[in-house]
Amino acid sequence: MKKLSTEVLVIGGGAAGLSAAAEAASAGAKVLVVESDLRPGGQLIKQTHKFFGSKDEYAGTRGFKIADILLDEINSFKDSVSILQNTTVSGYYKEDDEFTAMRGEEEYFHIKAKKTIVATGAQERLIPFPNNDIPGVYGAGAVQTLMNVYGVLPGRRVLMVGAGNIGLIVSYQLMQAGVQVAAVVEAAPRVGGYWVHAAKIRRMGVPILLRHSIKRALGEKCITGAVITGLNERFEPVGPEQQINCDLICIAVGLSPTTELLSQAGCKMMYVPQLCGNVAQRDRGMRTSNPDFYTAGDAGGIEEASAAMVEGRIAGLSAAAALGYPTEHGKLDEYWGRLQSLRKGEAGARICQGIDCVLVKDWEGVAHA
Amino acid sequence: MPDKDLEMLFNSGVLTGEREGAMLPPRDLWEGKKGGLVVVECPQRIPCNPCHTSCPTGAIMPFADINDTPRVDWTKCTGCTLCVSACPGLACLVIDLTFSEENALYKLPYEMLPLPVKGQKVQCLDREGAFLAEGTVENVTQPRKDRTHVVHVSAPKGLVAVFRSIRVVK
Amino acid sequence: MEEKVNPGGTGAALDLIEEHPILEFQHGKKITFFFDGRELEGFEGEPISSALHANGVRVYRETADMHRPRGFFCAIGKCSSCFMVVDGVPNVRTCVTPLTAGMRVETQRGRGVVPGSDEGGASS
Repeated sequence: MKKLSTEVLVIGGGAAGLSAAAEAASAGAKVLVVESDLRPGGQLIKQTHKFFGSKDEYAGTRGFKIADILLDEINSFKDSVSILQNTTVSGYYKEDDEFTAMRGEEEYFHIKAKKTIVATGAQERLIPFPNNDIPGVYGAGAVQTLMNVYGVLPGRRVLMVGAGNIGLIVSYQLMQAGVQVAAVVEAAPRVGGYWVHAAKIRRMGVPILLRHSIKRALGEKCITGAVITGLNERFEPVGPEQQINCDLICIAVGLSPTTELLSQAGCKMMYVPQLCGNVAQRDRGMRTSNPDFYTAGDAGGIEEASAAMVEGRIAGLSAAAALGYPTEHGKLDEYWGRLQSLRKGEAGARICQGIDCVLVKDWEGVAHA
Repeated sequence: MPDKDLEMLFNSGVLTGEREGAMLPPRDLWEGKKGGLVVVECPQRIPCNPCHTSCPTGAIMPFADINDTPRVDWTKCTGCTLCVSACPGLACLVIDLTFSEENALYKLPYEMLPLPVKGQKVQCLDREGAFLAEGTVENVTQPRKDRTHVVHVSAPKGLVAVFRSIRVVK
Repeated sequence: MEEKVNPGGTGAALDLIEEHPILEFQHGKKITFFFDGRELEGFEGEPISSALHANGVRVYRETADMHRPRGFFCAIGKCSSCFMVVDGVPNVRTCVTPLTAGMRVETQRGRGVVPGSDEGGASS
């Protein structure tokens, strides 16, 4: 069976992975990026809105343009970075120190790497309600792929479940695509995403129903509607039910980090609610307890893409340094400075609590503890 | 409306009165200012500063912390609308009170279709999308050539605290 | 809304976003493929699931035990909802498998049978 070898393997070609690849390559390392989708860019390529953050994280630039900027940067190191698309890393075998991968559905091969950066991102959560399995109940990321990458109308009229940043942004994007947003329901007493994202759709007449949730989906083979209900302070259904006519129910109730490969590599994992799941402990260089594995982006805790890009830079920098490539002195501190400033806001306080749980000062001490 | 309901309304993304990061310009300065003054409605601490970095006159003041809510020195604002098109949250607009006796000129960000044209009538909406009045499109610009348009609409001066969005009817 | 497979087949309008305020879509070459024997149009290189969706197809498979309809869901090749039989091969992740001209895409019933095997793992 074919075997590929590389110095730095980056698993996932999204915001974190592409940043990691660019950083490691700029230090001189040979990098292989493996991306499961048909094109690189991850969630960035689905974003039509301008990014927040500062100029260092491309604030004011639309997400899909940021993907182009990162790919251009990578292309400038053409000889040292290659990207494999439509390729899924399916497992890591510790005894052989090798990955298995498949390109498409049929072509299998092995990958051997000196250092691996796991930038696998996240997967969508689903909430239980009757009929949540029938076609027309789609994850928010999937809706974005359909309409913003492939230009296909996901439906005519949508009920959005969840008012975090994803639910709010995707509602706005659905309107840009010409889809009616019937309502956004949110179980919490306030929107979880940025207030300004909520204001954008509110002033176009979209109701955001706080303390509301979906009770069941309607339809036999496809979605024909939804029944929503109010919730009390204990999140129990109260008050009259309301029927919403829609052919699309978009689920944006949060993400879980994708961490199977880190677990397979024996990295010390920890369940951290603030980071939305089971994530790898890491040092300041994003190195995990397995000295050859690094974590970056949503795989290490759910956060904004701006932070994922900085974490990717840090992981790429440390992996290159660990391979003996000279790196700029003080760069690590500069990147941490950026992360800290991104994490100073309302949402950032929670992230910081989470990071405090998983950050280790240095692995030597922990390993021998 | 009881305080509890007002708070809930605010929590759903509707401004319910002035707050830090969401103040109207001082009326005396505003009334005589040709070109208008910026109105920013950004009352939450989030890591974002393009309003400041895009401002050519320093009217939107430097951020000590990138999470600070914007502070405006209206004496420096020229109503140029660069922040209107730069703000990722579409939280800036410019209102020119010198447009005419009855009407002000509202310069609002717009990223939807259809794009209105000069002379067209559009619906003026409040922060919940409710119809307020009909307005007339006086100009459509694209300050940063990045597909965020700024639509200039003339509409009654009395709507200055409420008119925040438009609906373009084909 | 019952499922409406594009009744006209080839030539009928696809459910595409014609105009967008921010994005410009560059589609691949227009080709034809087969869904349960019917000839449909799609764009080469784009995911099979997107092509089906644009043709109004929502149900991609039926579960083995409870015969529930399944369709598009995660679009990142992780959830197994969009598995279909493609050119005779079952359990193909149609959300990350590119469409090619003449491809034969079929609704999958049950767990599918691996071609060349005599294990009838199909449906119970």
